[in-house]
Amino acid sequence: MKQLSVFLENREGRLSDVLRILAENNINILSLSLADTSEYGMLRLLVSEPEAGRKALREQDLSATLTEILAVKMPHEVGSLQRILTILCDAGINIEYMYALCTGTSEAALAIKTSDPEVALNVLERSGVDMFII
Amino acid sequence: MIWNETKECMSRDEMTALQSARLNKVVNRVYHNVEYYRKKMQQAGLEPGDINGIEDIEKLPFTNKDDLRDTYPYGLFAAPQSEIVRIHASSGTTGKATVVGYTRRDIDVWSECVARALTMAGVGKGSTIQVAYGYGLFTGGLGAHYGAEHLGATVIPMSTGNTKKLTTMMEDLGATSIACTPSYLLHIAETLEAEGRIPNIKLKSAICGAEPWTEAMRIQIEEKLHISAHDIYGLSEIMGPGVACDCIYHTGLHIYEDHFLPEIVSPETLKAIADGETGELVFTTLTKEGIPLIRYRTKDLTSIGYDKCECGRTLARISRFKGRSDDMLIIRGVNVFPSQIEAALLEMGETSPHYIMEVDRIDNLDILEVKVEVEDRYFSDEIRALESLTRKIERTIRDAIGLAVKVKLVEPKSIERSMGKAVRVIDKRKL
Repeated sequence: MKQLSVFLENREGRLSDVLRILAENNINILSLSLADTSEYGMLRLLVSEPEAGRKALREQDLSATLTEILAVKMPHEVGSLQRILTILCDAGINIEYMYALCTGTSEAALAIKTSDPEVALNVLERSGVDMFII
Repeated sequence: MIWNETKECMSRDEMTALQSARLNKVVNRVYHNVEYYRKKMQQAGLEPGDINGIEDIEKLPFTNKDDLRDTYPYGLFAAPQSEIVRIHASSGTTGKATVVGYTRRDIDVWSECVARALTMAGVGKGSTIQVAYGYGLFTGGLGAHYGAEHLGATVIPMSTGNTKKLTTMMEDLGATSIACTPSYLLHIAETLEAEGRIPNIKLKSAICGAEPWTEAMRIQIEEKLHISAHDIYGLSEIMGPGVACDCIYHTGLHIYEDHFLPEIVSPETLKAIADGETGELVFTTLTKEGIPLIRYRTKDLTSIGYDKCECGRTLARISRFKGRSDDMLIIRGVNVFPSQIEAALLEMGETSPHYIMEVDRIDNLDILEVKVEVEDRYFSDEIRALESLTRKIERTIRDAIGLAVKVKLVEPKSIERSMGKAVRVIDKRKL
């Protein structure tokens, strides 16, 4: 799954600028995570049309790239996150970062950037973990 | 006190005669020993015999920092390497440093000039002086050190970077004088003041240089530390600190013009400017053996006057510096050209060459921040990768300019593109 990553300076209104550009281009946001440092922020978005989103942002001189991430379905149960991480860990895969995304009533979901997306996808599927494919 | 009354209090006629004789000698020296100058003079249809006195100075070609770059490293040396006892270097406009060499006699002349300056600041035999300029390729540390030793003072070679040790030794060893940059001295003063340690020190004077400072700053330093603070000027191309210094009357910096012939020219027309008018300071070294320079354009803007000073010296005086005619910045005493940073970024190749330097003075210490645009192809969505890129850029720039720098990544195209000469520098310091 493609994640749209945007570099944001810590300036007033920058986040809102990004959201406005996406809205104007009719791109829906499924989930987002904002990592911040003292100087800049990293906005990570799962959107309906990642390619179009990137194009629109770049046209407005924003630094935006697409990153391969995994979107993993996760039952609303105690220990389910831990179970997923154990699978990845046993396969020797590092997690660069992760965040939760659109949670329904019966199941939650997780966006994970791993050191090796292909292997991660493989081991998770072999272990019977459901994935979102957009 | 005057260190060398014969030279510092000469009549104008005597000085002119001395300068003329020395100019003739140095022109002969470069003509016969430096191919670069010989060619330049030949192109101008000049022979050493055409220069009979300082009134002929305008016939001679100028020398720029770029001439030193083009002849790097030894092209302008007028003495064989076997005669060179010391090398110093300063920032070049891009990449390579500017290298200068000194014969034993050059070191003696330099020590003499620094001794004259220190004497102006009341330093003498029996004084204890902390030299808190950087020791190394930079001329500040060793230049002040040799001059103070020549004078017979007790020298404490502090170098830079450890304020705690410096202030402790200042108290414990009863230092009576200090040589450092004015902003650093103000920082030291404020540290001592905050800790209530001013009554513990025996400091009487300071010799500050390597960066421009204001009269207000001098008074602030003097009042905080109860000392007399003096402005010492110099540049490695000409010699190092000790080309000029102000006396206790603080009415301009006395140039040791028996060794350095000053001119003030218009940076645009390169024609002489009337005394008292602001222009670019140009020096011809009159006694230098290692790397004598003819009409070297310092790019420093000042004015000159020749009337006798209250202190008794008849040496020409230049006013406090009014800026530069190029884009060189002096940050914590280090000369920095924006082009050096640009060259370093391009060479590193992992960032866009769009940058802006912001210089500020916080707690009397200069801070250099460089904003660099992130480019899509170097952009990562991992903070760790961006931080490592930031550190790498910081290291690259630090290696290029010899100064710690803080790098801040900014959005693409956020640095203004100018139609003409790009604005690369924002200097927020109030100098």
